[in-house]
Amino acid sequence: MYRYDEFDATLVRERVSQFRDQVDRRLKGELSEEEFKPLRLMNGIYLQIHAYMLRVAIPYGTLNARQMRMLARIARDYDKGYGHFTTRQNIQYNWIDLEKAPEILDLLADVEMHAIQTSGACIRNTTADPYAGAAQDEIEDPRIWAEIIRQWSSFHPEFSFLPRKFKIAVSGAEEDRAAVRVHDVGLVIRKNASGDIGFEVMIGGGQGRTPMVAKTINEWVPRDRLLSYLEAVLRVYNMLGRRDNKYKARIKILVHDLGIDRIRRLVDAEWAALSQETTLDLPAQERDRIAAYFAPPRFDVLADTDTGFEARRFEDKDFRYWVRANVHAHRHSGYAIVNISLKPTGGIPGDATAEQMEAIADIADRYALEGEIRATLQQNLVLPHVKISDLPAVYDALASAALAEGNIGLISDIIACPGLDYCNLANARSIPVAQRISNRFGDLQRQFDIGPLALKISGCINACGHHHVGHIGILGVERRGEEHYQLTLGGRADDAAAIGKITGPGFSEDGIVEAVETVVETYLTLRLDPAERFIDTLERVGHAPFKDQLYGAKAA
Amino acid sequence: MAFKAITANRLSDGIAVWLAEAGQWTTHFDRAVIAQTSSHAALLEEIAAEAVAACDVVDALTIDVVLEEGRPAPKKLKERIRALGPTVRRDLGKQAENAADVERAA
Repeated sequence: MYRYDEFDATLVRERVSQFRDQVDRRLKGELSEEEFKPLRLMNGIYLQIHAYMLRVAIPYGTLNARQMRMLARIARDYDKGYGHFTTRQNIQYNWIDLEKAPEILDLLADVEMHAIQTSGACIRNTTADPYAGAAQDEIEDPRIWAEIIRQWSSFHPEFSFLPRKFKIAVSGAEEDRAAVRVHDVGLVIRKNASGDIGFEVMIGGGQGRTPMVAKTINEWVPRDRLLSYLEAVLRVYNMLGRRDNKYKARIKILVHDLGIDRIRRLVDAEWAALSQETTLDLPAQERDRIAAYFAPPRFDVLADTDTGFEARRFEDKDFRYWVRANVHAHRHSGYAIVNISLKPTGGIPGDATAEQMEAIADIADRYALEGEIRATLQQNLVLPHVKISDLPAVYDALASAALAEGNIGLISDIIACPGLDYCNLANARSIPVAQRISNRFGDLQRQFDIGPLALKISGCINACGHHHVGHIGILGVERRGEEHYQLTLGGRADDAAAIGKITGPGFSEDGIVEAVETVVETYLTLRLDPAERFIDTLERVGHAPFKDQLYGAKAA
Repeated sequence: MAFKAITANRLSDGIAVWLAEAGQWTTHFDRAVIAQTSSHAALLEEIAAEAVAACDVVDALTIDVVLEEGRPAPKKLKERIRALGPTVRRDLGKQAENAADVERAA
């Protein structure tokens, strides 16, 4: 894992000190809210429905047991005993006291964490594949580049006041587990015929009120030239992105309005000019220094499997189900990637108590190499390097902390934003809908029968619950003072990213649960065989049969 | 005129509050002053603006209030959730404090 050097440590401490002074001045009335708001946002503090909310970055989703214990301590001592893991590898606390915020940031700095640039019109926390360094299909660990981007983008003077927020995601594997195509910039590590490493750069993806899938602007940027290329992209966006209308200010609108070819020419010209005036690209020596932090842990030489593990899998149905859904193949023989679901039946997606966070930290310390933990875009956690022989013990320990739900990738592994229960922007509640659907499909056997299905719920058009890219998406809206829910089908955030299409008129809270049931039952009727996933059936037969069942044949 | 109340967040901890009697801010909606005339609402808004200027509260907002079984209640769901707490965590927010008050009184 990356460790702060003296510059990182000094920068973060200085920022905490500055913010302490800013909070002090605000509380004394020396700063108005208008003056203070951008300062608190740049330190991750929002004012929400019930209180201040603090968003803490988990850079590229990687943290260790010590950091997780600190997140637990903050939840217990400064919040109400829990935290909420988000869809962008952050954690949010919902009941923060502004007076104590600098104290919290100091504690985060103690474990090399911060909340810098988790809000505001700047480059946000760069996200990455949560299986980085462990996945079988990986070309290169994307976290090396996510860390390099973090260092380049933190306090970047030119990009601290962009037209709007800017999100970057990096994948180093064949399978896209970082949703790169729905980010402002999506980076995919590629290897060419000569064995050289480079990036396919995609721009203009995003969700919100105008969802778009990113377009490839450059199929091959040599890895050592990545920073200057990103600088060129950001410069073009910073110069041409709209500032007169915040709903049209994201780079996706610029790409849409000018077209990808024109943007490409502008970026290429800027890139060429940059190359004349500066040597922005990282020297190989510095790249290697950062890469060394992400060197693989010391793996033992182990057999493919383990007799104790196999015996438990044979004897214990619950364990077998958990392994089937939550355990993923590792690149090293004898090891596995363990997903920890934060979606218990009827629970609140992404929430974890302080005790659960501490239990995860203990399990990571004991069973995960180097105590490493990852946060995922699906609001779950991952132990990236676990011995297969330890899986029974890991499962038992997780079960003791009510963390052994075996539903990863299934219909109850629902993404849901905080919605109107917490968020100032929301129009409708999303968590209760998630809970009702989770309860409705609580039977794990039925979930396995349905197979892989991504259901995502947002409480407003800002789409923090990623409903646009859910196989089944639900958007909460307000209509004449009542909560109402639109249904979309066919979204996906993977290599074949697509934006879901609205099925038709929306539903009440009761109606949306029944509508999901109808969609699922229709799929089960239409699929060729159990191996045909929901999304494949939908793409094969189209939306009409689903609309028929939802609204009657006439509506389709 | 529809009934009105003034809500805001306390500057120091962001907790949702409502304007009560004598210019005080209360954490319980039940104690909020309810304006029944435009002039009363305008007066409350003036008091709230002074509290914002004095850095006691932020984001002061006039909200619609309805009568339910003779008792005032915020009209919009969002404001009801602010007044009670998350509907998915009955153990948190004002609803939990109110329940504790009732328990203590008993």
